[in-house]
Amino acid sequence: MAQVQLTVNGRAISRDVEPRTLLVHLLRDALGLTGTHVGCDTSQCGACTVHMDGRGVKSCTVLAMQADGSTVTTIEGLSTDGSHALQRAFKEEHGLQCGFCTPGMIMSAADLLARNANPTEHEIREALEGNLCRCTGYHNIVKAVQTAARTMQNA
Amino acid sequence: MATAAPMIGASIKRKEDGRFITGRGKYTDDINLAGQVHAAFVRSPYGSAKVNGIDASAALAMPGVHAVYTGADLKAAGVNPIPPGWLHAGIQIGDRYPMAVGTARFVGEPVAVVVADSAALARDAADAIVVDYDELPAVTDGPTALSAGAPQVHANATGNVAFNWQLGDADGTDAAIKGAKTVVRQHLINQRLIPNAIEPRACVAHHDSANDELTLYVTSQNPHVHRLIMGAFVLGIPEQRFRVVAPDVGGGFGSKIFIYPEEVVACWVSKAIGKPVKWTATRSESFLSDSHGRVHDTDVEMAFDGNGRIVGLRVNTVANVGAYFTLFAPAVPTYLYGTLLSGQYDIPVIHVKVTAVYTNTVPVDAYRGAGRPEATYALERTLDVAAGQLGVDPAELRRRNFIAPTKFPYQTAVALQYDSGNYEPALDRALTMVNYAQLRKDQAAARAQGRYIGIGLSAYIEACGLAPSHVVGSLGAQAGLYESGTIRVHPTGKVTVLTGSHSHGQGHETTFSQIVAHELGCSVDDVDVVHGDTSKIPFGMGTYGSRSGAVGGSALFLSLQKVKEKGRLIAAHQLEAAAADVDFADGKYFVKGSPSRSKSFGDVALAAYLAHNIPSDMEPGLDSTTFFNPGNFVYPFGTHVAVVEVDADTGHVTVQRYVAVDDFGNVINPMIVDGQLHGGIAQGVAQALWEGGVYDSNGQLLTGSMMNYALPKAEFLPMFETDRTVTPSPVNPLGVKGAGEAGTIASTAAAANAVIDALSPFGITHLDMPLTPATIWGAIQQAKGGK
Repeated sequence: MAQVQLTVNGRAISRDVEPRTLLVHLLRDALGLTGTHVGCDTSQCGACTVHMDGRGVKSCTVLAMQADGSTVTTIEGLSTDGSHALQRAFKEEHGLQCGFCTPGMIMSAADLLARNANPTEHEIREALEGNLCRCTGYHNIVKAVQTAARTMQNA
Repeated sequence: MATAAPMIGASIKRKEDGRFITGRGKYTDDINLAGQVHAAFVRSPYGSAKVNGIDASAALAMPGVHAVYTGADLKAAGVNPIPPGWLHAGIQIGDRYPMAVGTARFVGEPVAVVVADSAALARDAADAIVVDYDELPAVTDGPTALSAGAPQVHANATGNVAFNWQLGDADGTDAAIKGAKTVVRQHLINQRLIPNAIEPRACVAHHDSANDELTLYVTSQNPHVHRLIMGAFVLGIPEQRFRVVAPDVGGGFGSKIFIYPEEVVACWVSKAIGKPVKWTATRSESFLSDSHGRVHDTDVEMAFDGNGRIVGLRVNTVANVGAYFTLFAPAVPTYLYGTLLSGQYDIPVIHVKVTAVYTNTVPVDAYRGAGRPEATYALERTLDVAAGQLGVDPAELRRRNFIAPTKFPYQTAVALQYDSGNYEPALDRALTMVNYAQLRKDQAAARAQGRYIGIGLSAYIEACGLAPSHVVGSLGAQAGLYESGTIRVHPTGKVTVLTGSHSHGQGHETTFSQIVAHELGCSVDDVDVVHGDTSKIPFGMGTYGSRSGAVGGSALFLSLQKVKEKGRLIAAHQLEAAAADVDFADGKYFVKGSPSRSKSFGDVALAAYLAHNIPSDMEPGLDSTTFFNPGNFVYPFGTHVAVVEVDADTGHVTVQRYVAVDDFGNVINPMIVDGQLHGGIAQGVAQALWEGGVYDSNGQLLTGSMMNYALPKAEFLPMFETDRTVTPSPVNPLGVKGAGEAGTIASTAAAANAVIDALSPFGITHLDMPLTPATIWGAIQQAKGGK
């Protein structure tokens, strides 16, 4: 066991973990933050995407120990009431159906908009290449990100 | 008082989204019970193998490991094989025990289970179990399995034939083909697909020994079906002491219909060791254990007269069913396939023959569309080949063969009777949207510049809203396909809906609330929808076959009529009016001609529960349950057009445009219907261009992860252009059809036809899917070399 200390959604956390523990399992199993999902075991699907020190990462591909000392934001930390522009836009534009990919999709989109406030459709589609959705055909996800970008620029 | 805007037909934003966008959805893997242990499975690494013995001593010696069980242990304890839910005459069923007993028949078949304190420890322990196998020869390809000397998958299925099935007029079709002016022949492979709902399958089973009650949380599209089959047929648990809960489920596409071994094992082990047992699939396990889809090898002969009219159609299909039959598997390549082979066309005579064959692969069952995409692809791909041979424009050839609108109801040559349809408007609208005439000119101009644009059409029909129970019963279904719907009005006038349909992305919490709000004149926020729990819902057949709106929604609609009628009697009693003189609108009962004499629905609901002043012969309370059993399937149809560009130097395909015009009858929530269509199109286009499950001849799945099975990404797809025609279905009171599978049914043929159209300058008339750059580039090189 090894101790990790990190800040998750603004809270200082300290936990003992097996060295092989993945960040996603620390979040889900030890911290009960089940909004971060696991959809694959090869880093393709992106359902586990969170922000680590301000950048989007796949939390299934980060060891908990690698996150030691870092600041992590999960979907639960984006807003508690669904009021973030991306969350609102995903609902408004019907950018989700089963909801399983949604937290990761929103966190990846937030990462994109932090780097590029006014992305083109093509840039949005490229930026989401690491997030798979099986329900929407991406059509309304792209629209949601466009809508959120407009909202955030006008804010 | 102004009339409220109708709720049916409104694009209401989804009620369920709040929890999903904040990470508060409750999926099966999010459920943890006190004292739970974790299961991990040992799976066969061989396509076919004799299991001689299992040594679990090292695993059992690991601290934190509770138990190891094998297939033989469960069989000895009385656990039965998992049966299919559809039978045909002469069907040979190879028993599927939850874990292999004696012989393992596909890579990934469970052989043993270990339960331990953590999922990681269970996995470690599973890896420490030593299984003594004798590897046997395997066979993975359908036609090969039928060949002389092929390895036998099951002793009782001679030559690996699981069943033979046919439909239509063999002699008449033979005569039509012999007498035809032109016969177009095409061999088609409809490749293996692996569903890949983004949420992996999972379960948590908890046996409560104090009450001898079992609760199973499971990723299911149909929890009552799970309970019935697992309880009554496999495990022998009284239904009333078996609760199955399907909480939020992250997509199904068919793959979560079936009763899977892992769920059975978790239930049995929970009782055996007295602890809750949890199992969640890794994605690698999903590839090796979720039922796959399609896998047809088909010969089509389409016969034409001198005017380009189809005079006969013969289809011969080898359907690879994998190593075992799962729940719907016998129905998919037969009644969900052969019956659709008339498409939108007036074909006087058809004969279809299907040979279902066992192989050493994951079982093959319903995957989004389930038989209907295979039928549409066979018809629509062959029609394009025919258009080329006959020198007729593909749109014109389709138009020439459409069933005339005056011919409905139309009896096809393959059993179905289409209730309604009008196919030219959808074709015309799609051609207008895509600007077809100009596009053909642009295509010619591009070709002159060495650019390869392709235009692909697919005019489809599907039979969904499964289904008339007496019909499916006569065809071999071991269940009825009605649906239950309860409207429970509370004393305050708020409403709880209990539905046997199950939402795993479809948005029922919103659309079903809309039906209630529309009928009762209340807000959608005054309605809560409960689904997915056998302890709360009277009964349910679940969600698949695009049936929730047409069957589940209709059950609710009929219950609402009963509630409204009882309310009318209460209102009439209190208003001292004859019931016939009381109307209901905008949430109020009122006396005809004097609208000020009225009672709100809430007043009436309260009165029903107070029972102080209701008709003396009336029971108190206000609720109703309906089991709606539709009289026929519903028949969505439409025309889809794909426009692609092929880079002849690399074989890369760009989907430039995708136009879909569909007829789903009345639409409850257009936003949700469009969303389902988008997702369906993406899955169908993905079959045409990217996805394909591949086994080697030893039975190893070569496409066993998302690294080598190409799921569509955002950057692969364009924005979709959609429109609708509206022909209400006459078979249900809402006039709705189904929209969940249409996109997938139509789009595979449209995309494939577009690519082949683009390649036509090379003399290419057909390539089997997926039309990857390697396939296309190779075909172009071959075509060039041949010139």
